[in-house]
Amino acid sequence: MAEQIIFYAFSCLLIIAALGVVVSRNPINAVMSLVLCFVTSAAIWLLLEAEFLAMILVLVYVGAVMVLFVFVVMMQDIESATLSARFAPNVWPGLVVGAISLAELLVVVWVRREGLPIAAVPEPHPADYSNTLELGKILYTQYVYAFELAAFLLLLAIVAAIVLTMRERPGLKKQNISQQVSVRKEDRVRVVKMEPESDA
Amino acid sequence: MITLSHYLTLSAVLFSISIVGIFINRKNMILLLMCIELMLLAVNFNFIAFSRYLDDTAGQVFVFFILTVAAAETAIGLAILVVLFRTRHSISVSKMSSMKG
Repeated sequence: MAEQIIFYAFSCLLIIAALGVVVSRNPINAVMSLVLCFVTSAAIWLLLEAEFLAMILVLVYVGAVMVLFVFVVMMQDIESATLSARFAPNVWPGLVVGAISLAELLVVVWVRREGLPIAAVPEPHPADYSNTLELGKILYTQYVYAFELAAFLLLLAIVAAIVLTMRERPGLKKQNISQQVSVRKEDRVRVVKMEPESDA
Repeated sequence: MITLSHYLTLSAVLFSISIVGIFINRKNMILLLMCIELMLLAVNFNFIAFSRYLDDTAGQVFVFFILTVAAAETAIGLAILVVLFRTRHSISVSKMSSMKG
């Protein structure tokens, strides 16, 4: 019973927040609604006993990705973006397409559910079950190549984001490292031969 | 009793809302990126629900990878957005018509 209350409460909150993302005029409000979406989703994932992913969703998404969104929204001037989003001429086609896709998905889920495990509700895991351990066991054995590829993809994203947003400032004084490393003794040191001097 | 269908319905509603959002907000690129994030969240819901009800942890591994790719995509997308705003002083999709002859 408590499970149902939690599920329905967080589902309502999630759907309201998703509507807030879609219809809000101010981009900051949309970003905050999206944060609420991720937090409520993490709660529902906890109900599904995916504890590790729920924590990752809060830490990585709310903590990092949404901060990036807020940063970019703050950097551009909100007024012009708000004005340009004020009049959307195609609300009705969007609503029609959304209703059709929702109807199709609901027909698949509720009417044509061939072979879906509908009646079976799984037993909750015992108290000493560790979701992180189970996930790590197959992530580092069966899916280790995909894991390495994901790491490489993140490196690629770092390099791409830095290269895209970096700009050269004119007149900046900086070191030329290859020139510094390849310097030879003849370029810098001059040996001067001279007679010994005496005050005699 | 919460069955698999409840979770799938929630995911379907979320996905449809984000489709409507892409139609409504098609002029503002930053809201388009947010709607795509919402769609990915709906897909992740399906993966986690199936992983729980079919008792297979592999579904959660897929969610892990989807989160990774989505984070990379967001970082690069926002970097492109910053460059676009710096050069054109606008992020409106309808003003991106410099390739038109």
